[in-house]
Amino acid sequence: MRQTPSQTVGPYFAYGLTPEQYLYDFKSLVGNEMVSPLDHDRAITIVGKVFDGQGVVISDAMIEIWQNDGQNQLFGRFGTGTDAESRFIFHTIKPASVNGQAPYLSVIIFMRGQQIHSYTRIYFSDETDLNTKDAVLSLVPEDRRDTLIAKNKGNIYEFNIYMQGENETVFFDI
Amino acid sequence: MSQIIYNSFDREVHPAYLTPEYKSTIYRAPQKPLVLLKQSLSELTGPVFGDFNVGPLDHDLTKNTVKNGEPIGERIIVHGKVMNENGYPVPNTLIEIWQANSAGRYVHKVDQHEAPLDPNFLGAGRCMTDSDGNYKFYTIKPGAYPWGNHYNAWRPNHIHFSLFGANITNRLVTQMYFPGDPLLDYDPVFLSVPPKGRELLICKFDLGATEPSFALGYRFDFVLRGYKQTPFETL
Repeated sequence: MRQTPSQTVGPYFAYGLTPEQYLYDFKSLVGNEMVSPLDHDRAITIVGKVFDGQGVVISDAMIEIWQNDGQNQLFGRFGTGTDAESRFIFHTIKPASVNGQAPYLSVIIFMRGQQIHSYTRIYFSDETDLNTKDAVLSLVPEDRRDTLIAKNKGNIYEFNIYMQGENETVFFDI
Repeated sequence: MSQIIYNSFDREVHPAYLTPEYKSTIYRAPQKPLVLLKQSLSELTGPVFGDFNVGPLDHDLTKNTVKNGEPIGERIIVHGKVMNENGYPVPNTLIEIWQANSAGRYVHKVDQHEAPLDPNFLGAGRCMTDSDGNYKFYTIKPGAYPWGNHYNAWRPNHIHFSLFGANITNRLVTQMYFPGDPLLDYDPVFLSVPPKGRELLICKFDLGATEPSFALGYRFDFVLRGYKQTPFETL
């Protein structure tokens, strides 16, 4: 059997996939509070923007974060259309290292103009030792590795996604 | 001993990232080569769907957001089965849908098409597949609507679908079209799918699923990425 082809999420996903975030009168199944920040000593915030090939901030993207370190299996979803600066924001916990790999979050990016969603990963700037030894990061050309590493100030991590250009984010074929 | 390796996207049926006739792809399609990733724990597990609290009317878009009456338009049933390429059903997986109303108007605030909103129709729904991978929605047939991609551009009637499957490699967002729609021949989103894949996005009229004196039935099956079993490498 052949796979069902992918089609773009389009510009109008908000009332179906992220209704409460966009103030539609329909319950959301999932949002950006993957854990309650008050309940975890490993609570972190991920914040960032998505840029197109002209350097314009994209305000109709939808980001999903999937994470599983064997202890915590978490899932979050947020659109870039409600924040005044078109940012995505997630509240989660920092995953643990599994089998000596650098800890990371899996990210899926959907938007108008993307016929198939894109996969990337968020690694953490305060895990220098594990990042240096990590098998997946080693697959990535050295001059592009930085595009996968979120920079932290305390427990807030900034991760911008560049669809094209000199700093194009590394996207994975999984 | 063997291990499971999930298949990649089948490039013979999926659209390319860059399809310039669909103008929004020009500055949004990745340009550098993708990095091939060996699948690990995070790729081989998905969200815990038991945590999703799907409501009893969520699968019925003719009822789930009514305010003061029934939605306007042609009632339809959309049903089918979710499988993987190996032919196995995908049970207990979340399906989410969204669509325009019968006049071709989306509720979304950036939709400026001057067609009427329907106070009794939001156009969003979701359900879980049953233990055999089957799903069923009740909804209103969506209308066509104009968009700004090129002169006199109209999207064919379609319903957006979002599926999860067994793990992150299975994730699928797509659009289902209706048989015999003349707009399909002019739609750069649909035509971005290679010819081999196009029929896979068109549902089939299903008299057997049609409910007498109530609603027409359409069938639309999904095939998510499958897997191969290969012997473990011994180092």
